[in-house]
Amino acid sequence: MAHDPAPAPFLQIQNIVKKFDDVYAVDDVSLDIQQGEIFALLGSSGCGKSTLLRMLAGFETPTAGHILLAGQDIVGLAPYERPINMMFQSYALFPHLTVWDNIAFGLKRDGMAKDAIEERVTQMLDLVQLRNYAKRKPHQLSGGQQQRVALARSLAKRPQLLLLDEPLGALDAKLRQRTQLELVDIIERVGVTCVMVTHDQEEAMTMATRIGVMSEGKILQIGKPAEIYETPNCRFVADFIGTVNMFEGTVEVDEADHVVIGSADCKHYVTHGITGTHGMQVQVAVRPEKISIQTQPVDDAEREFPAEIGYNQVQGVIAEIAYLGNLTTYHVRLQSGLLIKVTHTNAARRGSAVMTWGDTVYLWWWGSDVVVLTR
Amino acid sequence: MQRILQNYFGRAWMVLVFLFLYLPLLFMVVFSFNSSRQDAVFTGFSWRWYEALGRDTKIVEGFWLSLQIALATGVLSAVLGTFAAFVLVRYQRFIGRTLFSGMVNAPLVMPEVVIGLSLLLLMVGIQNVFGWPERGLLTIVLGHTLLGMSYAMVVVQSRLLEVDRSVEEAAMDLGAKPVQVFFLVTLPNIAQAIVAAFLLSFTLSFDDVVISEFLSGPGVNTLPQVIFGYARRGINPTIYAAATILITIISTAVVVYSVWVARQSRRLAREAQLALAEAQG
Repeated sequence: MAHDPAPAPFLQIQNIVKKFDDVYAVDDVSLDIQQGEIFALLGSSGCGKSTLLRMLAGFETPTAGHILLAGQDIVGLAPYERPINMMFQSYALFPHLTVWDNIAFGLKRDGMAKDAIEERVTQMLDLVQLRNYAKRKPHQLSGGQQQRVALARSLAKRPQLLLLDEPLGALDAKLRQRTQLELVDIIERVGVTCVMVTHDQEEAMTMATRIGVMSEGKILQIGKPAEIYETPNCRFVADFIGTVNMFEGTVEVDEADHVVIGSADCKHYVTHGITGTHGMQVQVAVRPEKISIQTQPVDDAEREFPAEIGYNQVQGVIAEIAYLGNLTTYHVRLQSGLLIKVTHTNAARRGSAVMTWGDTVYLWWWGSDVVVLTR
Repeated sequence: MQRILQNYFGRAWMVLVFLFLYLPLLFMVVFSFNSSRQDAVFTGFSWRWYEALGRDTKIVEGFWLSLQIALATGVLSAVLGTFAAFVLVRYQRFIGRTLFSGMVNAPLVMPEVVIGLSLLLLMVGIQNVFGWPERGLLTIVLGHTLLGMSYAMVVVQSRLLEVDRSVEEAAMDLGAKPVQVFFLVTLPNIAQAIVAAFLLSFTLSFDDVVISEFLSGPGVNTLPQVIFGYARRGINPTIYAAATILITIISTAVVVYSVWVARQSRRLAREAQLALAEAQG
């Protein structure tokens, strides 16, 4: 996760709409992006994130709405008139030019003096550690090297806004993890404001200061990675980020400081109030790592939290075990038939597995670790 | 028996095809060195027909004329064909697109006789009204370009479809205006296809008989027309000599070009592999 910058609304996207024939690719999106932050638009294919990015770059014109960059509306400007640069998913390096000429391309279009160009290009090559590759052509570089050239090229003109289109999509898994942090490091060192588009949650969570989750042309939730993960505001976001267990239930007790929701398997004690009414249908979302699993029935004395005694616990049978080395995910079948996922860190080495298929187990979790979703 | 047939049928067929294609040419090359006029018997080796060729002004003039026309046609066709290809590939919707596409592709399927005759009528008509042009080099170039442009467009179009649009977008993103994008990014990437289009229309023009016949004036004869004329009047091995020289020139050019292209692609593959090995090591 990147560090937080000082707030100042730098990029304002106001009620942007994009229609292709009768389809709304982007449906009334409004965003404020602070200077220096890395903002990720996260969503699956077809949600409108790429269209939104292209509108920022100038390759698509919005059907309605304004985009203000440092106070100036850039909607009427062509891509070559904007102080914005983009790093493409396929890198889009010029195949007939050397690495040096690729990076210098934008600077030459600006009419920069020759020695100034030389200084800047060398600076960029050092930034991405490709000093010795200046004379090579793109086909003579590996995928990771091409990406670094594309990054250097997009930063060469010191743009006010950097756009990244699925920056790590074209890399293999091993390279991806290493590059995620390197990329953030470079961007923060340069200090440029950045908007990136991705369908990979891990990429968004690792790299971004704030994330905007998109679906069907709308932004569902904006927040820091922890906020999105721990306090999703709707079922879609809860389900899209990571894994989540959902209990369907009805509000039975509705107080300002706590709520009790009854579901098929148990009663949920939630340690905060919700905006809802008695009798309302809601979902209770619990993340797999928040649930404790044990072979003995739950001893309420252990739990100690007075109001929670008897609540937030279920009994079930282990249906599946997914052993991942550092974690084990248990799939537990409850009495109502609901399948619950529980993630358990393998903090201690054990000679043989303690819990196995078919075992009856007892699950419990704290009421503060629960999110109630009303939509 | 069946296995032998299966093994060798492919090769045998290939040999037959090559014989079919090149035996007539071989015959002509061999008899260009014949010491007598006869066609059926090879009486001895002689350079006499090559000497006669040097003295034959008609053939030499025809060759130069054909060369000029082919060069002009090649350049015009490549340029116009590139424009047409660009328009058809980049602009998917504009008024008259279907008509335009049909018109540019039409010369490919129309009989040359029809093209030649209609162009002749057009030229005569214009000449009656404006007193110009006289049928000669200019009219032949126009006629050849009409045909050559269609072929050039097809070649450039197929290459243009393969070009990655994001490279052009990247250029615009970095500050290049559309005209600059075309000359700095698009053109270098389709350059090879444009050269191929040039060569194709050059060859087509050099070889053309039908349109040249319709659109040439008195005393203006392209090389194919000269050879045709000679062939009609009776066998003259001088034309064998002319043809042999042409074949030699073109064959050499093709071989050199192929070798060069093969070397380029081998070098590219080697460099790409080297980069990959370096990154892994």
